[in-house]
Amino acid sequence: MKSEFTLKLDRCKGCGICVNFCPKKVLELDTLGKVVVARPEDCIACGQCELRCPDYAIFVDKIKEANLGARD
Amino acid sequence: MILLQGNEAVAKAAIAAGVRFFGGYPITPSTEIAESMAKLLPKNNGVFIQMEDEIASMGVVLGASLAGRKVLTASSGPGISLKQELIGYAAAAEIPVVIVNVQRVGPSTGQPTAPSQGDVMQARWGTHGDHSIIALSPWSVREAFDLTVKAVNYAERFRTPVILLMDEIVGHLRENVELPTDIEIYPRRQPKTKENYKAYQPDEDLVPNIANFGEGYHIHVTGLIHDETGFPVGSPKVTRDFIDRMHKKISKDIIEVQTEFLDDAEEAVVAFGGTARTAYQAVLNARANGKKVGFIRLVTIWPFADNFFANLPANIKKLVVAELNYGQIFYEVQRTFKGEVELCAKYDMTIFEPSEIEVCL
Amino acid sequence: MIERSYEKFFRQNRLPHLWCPGCGNGIVMKAIVQAIEKKGWTQDNTVIVSGIGCSSRASGYMDFDTLHTAHGRAIPFATGIKLANPALNVVVITGDGDCTAIGGNHFIHGCRRNIDLNVILFNNNIYGMTGGQASPTTPLGKKATTAPYGSIDPPFDACNLAIAAGATFVARSTAFHVQHLVNMISNSFDNNGFSFVEALVQCPTSFGRKNKFPTPASMMQWFKDNAAMKPTEGKFTIGVLHSDTAVSYNDAYYDLISRTCC
Repeated sequence: MKSEFTLKLDRCKGCGICVNFCPKKVLELDTLGKVVVARPEDCIACGQCELRCPDYAIFVDKIKEANLGARD
Repeated sequence: MILLQGNEAVAKAAIAAGVRFFGGYPITPSTEIAESMAKLLPKNNGVFIQMEDEIASMGVVLGASLAGRKVLTASSGPGISLKQELIGYAAAAEIPVVIVNVQRVGPSTGQPTAPSQGDVMQARWGTHGDHSIIALSPWSVREAFDLTVKAVNYAERFRTPVILLMDEIVGHLRENVELPTDIEIYPRRQPKTKENYKAYQPDEDLVPNIANFGEGYHIHVTGLIHDETGFPVGSPKVTRDFIDRMHKKISKDIIEVQTEFLDDAEEAVVAFGGTARTAYQAVLNARANGKKVGFIRLVTIWPFADNFFANLPANIKKLVVAELNYGQIFYEVQRTFKGEVELCAKYDMTIFEPSEIEVCL
Repeated sequence: MIERSYEKFFRQNRLPHLWCPGCGNGIVMKAIVQAIEKKGWTQDNTVIVSGIGCSSRASGYMDFDTLHTAHGRAIPFATGIKLANPALNVVVITGDGDCTAIGGNHFIHGCRRNIDLNVILFNNNIYGMTGGQASPTTPLGKKATTAPYGSIDPPFDACNLAIAAGATFVARSTAFHVQHLVNMISNSFDNNGFSFVEALVQCPTSFGRKNKFPTPASMMQWFKDNAAMKPTEGKFTIGVLHSDTAVSYNDAYYDLISRTCC
């Protein structure tokens, strides 16, 4: 995993902007209409979702390879 | 002693009272106030700005007031109508501001720029919604000075719009006056605490100590009905409490009425502003002819002197209300005085002759 | 996660904001605080002034001294603040109805004076808060509740209006071009004079549904497809459209004070 997602779901209104502009189709809306990270392994941490989220509900941080190793 | 015009006296008084910001738009018969302020303000480290209209003139002074300046604006007739929107904003957001209305004949463009006192009810109810207001009306050049100082002080003390309800008679009157040198100034209210500060939390006198912009309090100001934090709340209780407080915070101790010859009076003339000058002469003439006539002059127009009229001595059986309009203050007197009330109205561009009031007695 | 540094500029207890799902206003509000951060302005020396309408509710969410004025009147209030205390940085948030209809006169006179204000227009081409009536920027032929057969009112180009009236910095961007938008706003802050940035925003609820934009993203896609960095036939231009230097009104007035006072 190259990315760490933080979702503030109390802010998410399910507009679908992040889902639409994700170049790797990582995100989906769940049955309640809130964002879910469906395919985290495909994320390239480009930040397009965070950039255009009008509700400041989704945040993506790149995780360095060293940190990844530490977690494993 | 200096020879001074009523409008010029307002400008001089504003400076003396600490006003350091004026926004305006030209309109006769109030323009000399703007012209005088344009001269005086930069010399006194203050700002004068001529805006694109009277709405903007209100907006600019309210912004300046929030940023810490004492502010004043002036207009007449149609200009005062335009100002109503933001007079309501000042009432709702509790922003100190003085609005001078040098009344002229209306409605609309009316009779430019003959004298009138037709804006009495507009001063009270010109903007929409329940709100409180203070209106003061001078009858001389010296009093134009004194009441301007009071208006500025009341605006600051109660954080409310205050209307100086002049008329063309006093605005354009020139008199020799001695101006006071010792002037009492009410300072801008200051927050008492920074911790858990709530901008609209009322003090003991029901008036909030709202910080000026730029002092680090990060306040929010809105024309929406708000709670003590300043943020809008859609609640019946908050709405009721807010409107209650708006009315209760204006202390009745500011109500001033001048009385003469009431001890023996069987009837009395009620007047205000420029008309009161003629009314006073009419009373003197009537008394010289043996009539027992008293004189009542409203200095504070709003809040109305309800208690004064309700408690007039029993020897006064009748009141004659002389005003330069179709009848406005008359109805307030009728509402509050138990005896007979007669209207002596004039609305034809010209001011009263004393004899025209005497015939009403 | 590292908390985003711009979050300190929001009143956290007021979020989430009241804007509809997919509304572009939130994107522009964030761009403004990011530009403030980039410029190094602080919460103590910056004042946010707004009018009335959807976009103007932004002031309530921003942790500065904030002023939510009356409809159309933000620029006169902001003018008073700037002249009363020129040390304050004053940002005006306004909408297309607020700025170009009811506040149109104040807008052009603010431009003419070249007073040092930073006006950010959230242009969604519609009156959103009242439910989708046509505004002075509703494009010809587009539908609104008060233009049910398509608008026949020729619209304003707010940027051209600002340039013609004397604004010294004028730029346009969109809620799609977020980084560009932040740059345009922070560039506008560099100008000592009247600065105007038009941010095109999507209104999915009141504009999109009537005008064949089925989703918020489809409107943003339209911004992407139709914006051009240089004047291009059939597209609208984004970027700095006008930049000039002239004495700001506040500098001119304080120069007058220094010549007459004390």
